[in-house]
Formats: sequence, structure tokens, C-alpha cells
Amino acid sequence: MVGAACAYFAARAGLSVTVVDRGPVAGGTTGAGEGNLLVSDKEPGPELELALLSTELWRELADMLPPGIEYEPKGGLVVASGEAGLRVLRDFAAGQEKAGVRAEEVPAERLEDLEPHLAPGLAGGFHYPQDAQVMPALAAAHLLRAAGDRVCLRLGEEVIGLLTTADGAVRGVRTAAGEMHAGHVVNAAGAWGGEFARLAGVELPVLPRRGFVLVTEPLPRVVRHKVYAADYVADVASDSAALGTSAVVEGTAAGPVLIGASRERVGFDRTLSTEVLRRLAVQATALFPFLAGVRAIRTYAGFRPYLPDHLPAIGPDPRVPGLLHACGHEGAGVGLAPATGLLIARSLGGGELPLDIGAFSPVRFAADG
Amino acid sequence: MPASASDPYDLAVIGAGSAGLAGAVTAAELGLSVALLDSSPQTGGQFYRHPAQAIGAVRPEALHHDWPAFAELRRRLERSEVRHLSGHHVWAVTKENGDGKGNGERKGDGERKERGDVWAVHAVTGADGAEGQPVRVRARAVLLATGAYERQLPFPGWTLPGVVGAGGAQAMLKSGLVLPGKRIVVAGSGPLLLAVASSLAAAGAQVPAVIEASGYLGYARHPRALAANPQKLVEAAVHGAALLRHRVRLRTRSAVTEVHGTDRVEAVTVTRLDRDWRPVRGTGRRIACDALAVGHGLAPQIELATALGCATRPTADGTTALALGGLQETSVPGVWAAGETGGIGGAQLARAEGELAGTAVAAGLYGRPYREGRIRALQRRRDRMRGFAEAMAARHAPAAGWTDWLTDATDVCRCEEVTAGRIREAVTDLGASDAHTVKLLTRAGMGWCQGRMCGTAAVCLAAGEGQLRRAVEPPAERRPFAVPVPLSALASLDEPTGTRPDTAPGTDH
Repeated sequence: MVGAACAYFAARAGLSVTVVDRGPVAGGTTGAGEGNLLVSDKEPGPELELALLSTELWRELADMLPPGIEYEPKGGLVVASGEAGLRVLRDFAAGQEKAGVRAEEVPAERLEDLEPHLAPGLAGGFHYPQDAQVMPALAAAHLLRAAGDRVCLRLGEEVIGLLTTADGAVRGVRTAAGEMHAGHVVNAAGAWGGEFARLAGVELPVLPRRGFVLVTEPLPRVVRHKVYAADYVADVASDSAALGTSAVVEGTAAGPVLIGASRERVGFDRTLSTEVLRRLAVQATALFPFLAGVRAIRTYAGFRPYLPDHLPAIGPDPRVPGLLHACGHEGAGVGLAPATGLLIARSLGGGELPLDIGAFSPVRFAADG
Repeated sequence: MPASASDPYDLAVIGAGSAGLAGAVTAAELGLSVALLDSSPQTGGQFYRHPAQAIGAVRPEALHHDWPAFAELRRRLERSEVRHLSGHHVWAVTKENGDGKGNGERKGDGERKERGDVWAVHAVTGADGAEGQPVRVRARAVLLATGAYERQLPFPGWTLPGVVGAGGAQAMLKSGLVLPGKRIVVAGSGPLLLAVASSLAAAGAQVPAVIEASGYLGYARHPRALAANPQKLVEAAVHGAALLRHRVRLRTRSAVTEVHGTDRVEAVTVTRLDRDWRPVRGTGRRIACDALAVGHGLAPQIELATALGCATRPTADGTTALALGGLQETSVPGVWAAGETGGIGGAQLARAEGELAGTAVAAGLYGRPYREGRIRALQRRRDRMRGFAEAMAARHAPAAGWTDWLTDATDVCRCEEVTAGRIREAVTDLGASDAHTVKLLTRAGMGWCQGRMCGTAAVCLAAGEGQLRRAVEPPAERRPFAVPVPLSALASLDEPTGTRPDTAPGTDH
């Protein structure tokens, strides 16, 4: 998704772009994601700025792209089970509002108006009208198509090396099929962005953080928002490699309810974990008791590209002239893709950047940087 | 039974058809503790499907040849110590110990643990698994004998009521003695069609024609495989004689390319095919009927295995089967397979492989050479029958031109109502070049059946016309639930024994 957005915005700025992927369109983390476009889970700071800009851009893209991308500005609902949790949510939302997020407190007795099937007895919650969702694989495919003739797709080709000039600047990439020449190379390899950086001779500590999504049988629209428990925010921000789960429940246009989101760092291992499934099922049925009688028909694992400070790497790499990074967005890559693409296009074309990208510097983890 | 309730079984067999029954009774007779799980209330699998006692059928065996072989296995099961868990829908097999994954680290298995991994077989009970309780069966070895499902290729009108699977029609007949219609056309490809037609005719249906997409002459090219498998010749002769007696016409190199009717089937159009299975213009003929039984052979049911990472191989007719070693072992140590999971080959082959696997598991557990003569004899029998099955499979492989009989409006995925036109658009406009991306971009295969019905078609359309001579099924590793599982059952799975409290949700930062 991030690569598609970089290609789209670069093409719109008048550049000619070749997109190289060793797999198909959306074959990596994009195809395994839920398509969350969230501001609700982000604390004030550089990532939230990126998310707010992306929210605007997604609205514009949704007007231009076909309805098939299933853009739905459905809003998020974060609920707390007890008073203590609600106080934490209240403080969190107050900070976000100062940064430009819209958040409305929903008292316990009004939760039912927003989500009639929620479990009784919750303490209350917050409604975030800016949260939205897309079908990520279709969004990426349509965005690439909308980019037009300036974008050339080379699928099924793996980059095996970078071409550099005598003074170390990038001049293209090498694949099994031959060489491709370009003045700039953007690393949008997601969870595999660290491996790509190594090909360029630089270090970028991207690690995969595995997540499972449970998919239920198709249902009528019984879950209207993106609903999650207050623990989710703490889990997203956690640095632990151990398994953390916090149910995120949402309906989809196609009918199935999606249940996420587990986080654990176990490398690129897709092995089914019954413990993850158990926890997701326990937490989801605690939020929506009717789900107990619903059947899961599928589950799949994906790998979030994780950087140690939970911020992406976006922008030129001063160590290798011509190399730019656009990866490490963890679980927010689909949501943050448009702003990332715009920043990359502006960096390439020399335009003014819409926000400060200092916090996303690709060299911030370097030992001597 | 294991020595104590907390001990794992020596062997868990999944599937109580010919392969699973043979594997279970063999292993039990060699002294192993065995659990046999199957989703049906009774043993026999698809092949020996028979009416429930309550229906009171006097001679279920009238619909089966080779019934005595099954009756013998059933007798041995009754005499054995095998724990038969009927009505158990297995949705996953996971590794329990060794790597800290799955249900976590286990301790205290003592001496047994040194013999290798312990597997957890996860099942839900109940009629269709909907209201069931979760059950976990632990075992040191697993034998996957999960059989096959019928492969379907879509065509205009295939979703009309009255169109049934050929295997499905036979299953209905075997389990309840019900016919899908009075005048039934049988169509598709594969040796099953003749058997289906003769059972339908024997049960009183009129069968105006059997429509076979390939040519049967091809068998003649494998005289050695046929000569080595005389029983197959006898079977063919029996079906052929039955069809003659009932005046059923066999039409080869033809396909049903359209079904007519408003509320249900009224007629079908049968069209001649060229060598690539492209319909030949102007050759369409209408046949009146009130039902169509259609199927394109069987595909191995291997989700449990591929979710575990077992290696697969493409078969001669374009399906994906498990890649197995000489002793029926999969590429994952401790996981074995027999019968259709290793490639479609029929009940007789399944019995030989089941016995071979059961014997080999016992030899592995005792850690010494064991019944070597018997093993060699079974291997010879298996190789001979496999040879024949592969020759037959090659003959019935769908040729690439079959997608020409799809119009853009034909539903390919009936669960999600995805048309051929939408799949073609995803391929040409959105760059979906493989089955997985087609699924992502169209939802074909994301519905209730998880691509079992439309998988082949989606692969062929993704590959584009003419490019692919053989269709290959999509990899199954992205659908780790072999059957749907209620969330209540997932939620009440056993908690892991060795989890540290600091990994509890929400407290790990």
C-alpha cells in the first residue's frame, strides 16, 4: 500500500515510476491487513500528524477511486469496562483533541445507540468520527491503476541488488531479469524493509510483528463501527516481543466480521497459534456476546513492519544518495500511506514538505547518528 | 487407550473412511493406543457411505461393490481398542511441545517426550459443528486420512436448483436412497461419472446421457497400468454393462455448457469440445432433464496438512496432493497420510496405504525394523495402484480451453457471487496474476466454502487463457480452519499450562 501511494503521488508530480515487487499487488502485509485508517489509537506527536494528513488525503482519494475500494468513514468506538479505564481514555482523548482529533465521550447509557449489540455493563467510551476503513488490497490495486501510464508495474521480480555510481549514489536496481535504471530508489518493502536496506549497505532495524485476524461467516450489519477496548492503545505502544492481544471488532461491507489484533514478535512464522485464537475469541465475545454463536471461517497471519520506536522511516537516507525509505509503519501502513506517498513525492520533486519529517529519519537508529 | 487420561495417544487418525479405518485397526492390532476421529456419525467415509440405522435400509451393500472389505474393517474396529470419536469435526492440528508455540511449553512428559513431538488435534462436536464443544485429542503421531472433495468447474446456469455434484448425487443415494430428479443428465469428467450414472439408473432414474469432457481412448495408452490392475477393468466392465442395460449413452469430448430453466433445471445444452476443451461452435444440442449431476473428479482434502506446512505435489489432473514418502510419511516428522490425501486413487488403494501407514507408525514408535516383509508387499501393491491412478488422472485433467464456456455473467464463486467477468477484470486491469491475488481483489473463495468450489476456476482464470495447460489448485495454507469453528468453542480452548502471567493481555508494556 505504501509503495502504491509513493508511486501514485510521484507520478502525479510528473515523475516516471517503476514499481518492482517480488510478489503480486498487495501480496505482503497489505493483503493481510484490515484496512484501518485510524486516528483514535495515536497519541499526540509526529505519527498523529501523519495520520491526520492521511485522513484528509484518503477522503480525496476515495472520491477519485472507484467505490470498489470500500472506503467507509464509519468512525471508531473505544470502550472501557471500568471507571479507571474510562478516566485513562478521557485524558488520552483530551490530548488528542488539542492536536486536532475529534473525539466525543459516549456515556454508558448511550453506547447502545451507537452499537446495539455491545455487552451490557461497560463504563462508557469515546467515539472518533474520523476513523475509517478501506479494503486494502483493492485500494492498493486501484491506486496503482489510477496513477496512469507514468507508472510501470514489474510484478514477480525480486530486487537482488542496488546499482550505484563510483561515488556511492544510487542509479538503479538489479533483478534476476536484468537492470533497471533510476535516479532514485524508494524502499517500500514493508516488513522486509530491513532486508532491502541491507542490500543498499545500510542498517534499518525493521522487524516483523505478527498479527492474526479472525474472520467470521458473513453476517448482516451488526457491528457498525470499528470497536475496540481501551487496552488496544497500550498494546500498540508496547515494546514487548511477547504475545499481546486486545480485541478489535468490526463489520465489513462484504459481511464477515473481522476480529484482531494480536501482536507478537516471532519472526516470519505463519504457524497457527491456538492461544492467539483463544484470546481473540474470549475478548471479542466479551465485547459482543452474540459473537459466541457465530462461526469463524478463516484466520490469517500478517507481519507488521515494526521499528523500535513505533514510528516509520520516511525520507532520504543521507548515507546513500538517491535512496529513500518509506517503511516501518507497523500496523498503520494502510492508514498512513497517502501522507507517506506525498512526503516521498515532495522529497523527490523538491517541493515543500507538508510536515516535519525529522522524527521519521531513517538514520535515527544508527549507532553514530 | 493410553495408560492414563493425561497421556497422549500413540496415534490419532483423522477420517474413518477406507484409509483411516485400515490405519487405525492396523496400528491398534500392533499394540498402539489409537483415537479415530470422523465428522460422520458412522464409519465408512464417502465411499462406503450408507444409510443411518433409522432409515432401515435392508441391503445398503447393494449400492457398493467391495462391501465385504469394508465390513471386515468394521468388524476389526469393533474388536479393537480403538477409541472411535464420531461426530468430531477436526478444524486444526497443532504441535503441542518442543518450540513453545501452539498451546505452549509442556512439562512432565518424561521418557515419552524424548520420542518426539506431541500433536494436538482440535475438533468441535455436534451435527455440523455449530453448537459443539471443543475437544482436544493429544497424540504422538497423526495419520491424516481426510479423503477428497468433488472438484467443480462452473458454467452458465450451474447455480440453478437441480444441479447437484455427481459425487453428491451418489452420496444422497447411498445415505438416504434419494434421487435428485427423475431424468438426470450426468456430466463432467472422470471415472466416477460412470459409477454415478449406473447407481442412479439402478435406483430407478432415467439417465439420458453421460457427458464426459475427455476421450476415454486414452486408457489404451497405458495398457501396462491396466493389465496390472485387473480389478479396474472389471469395475469398468460392470459399469459399462449396467449403462448398456439402462440404455444410457456415453458421449465423450463433450460438456454441458449451459443449463436452462427458471426455478429449476428444465434442460441442458451439450456442446462438443476440441482437444483443449474449447466448445465447438454450432454443435450445441439440447437435452431435456430435471436434474444434472456434474463433477470433474475429486481433489484431495489437505487443509489440515498444509496448515502444518506439509509439502505438496501437483497431480496429473491439476489438483494438489500431499507429497509422501515410501512409508506414507509427510514432510513433517510425526505426521502421516493415506488415501486420497496423497492423490486420488480409490478405496482399495486407500486401504493398502492405511495399513502401510499404521504399520510404519508402529515401527517408528518401537524404534526398530518391524514387519518388513508385509511393508514391502504393501508398498508394491500401493505403487501398482498409484500408477494406474496417475494414468487415469492425466486423462481427465481439464484442458485450458474450458474457461471459454464461461460468460462474463457466470457466477464463478457462488458464496460471494463473483462473476467470471469480475475475475477477468481483476486479472487484466488490476494486475492479479495469481489465485491468491484474485481472491484478495474479488473475494472469490472468501465465502463459506473457502474456495473449495471455485478454487480451480479462479486459478485458471488468473492464469489466463491458453497460458496454462494444467490448472493447479491454490495453496491451502491461507485457510487454516478445515471446518468453521464457533467463537464460543475457540474461547473455551484450554489455557496453556506454561504461560507466564506477564504475557497477559494489556499488561505487557
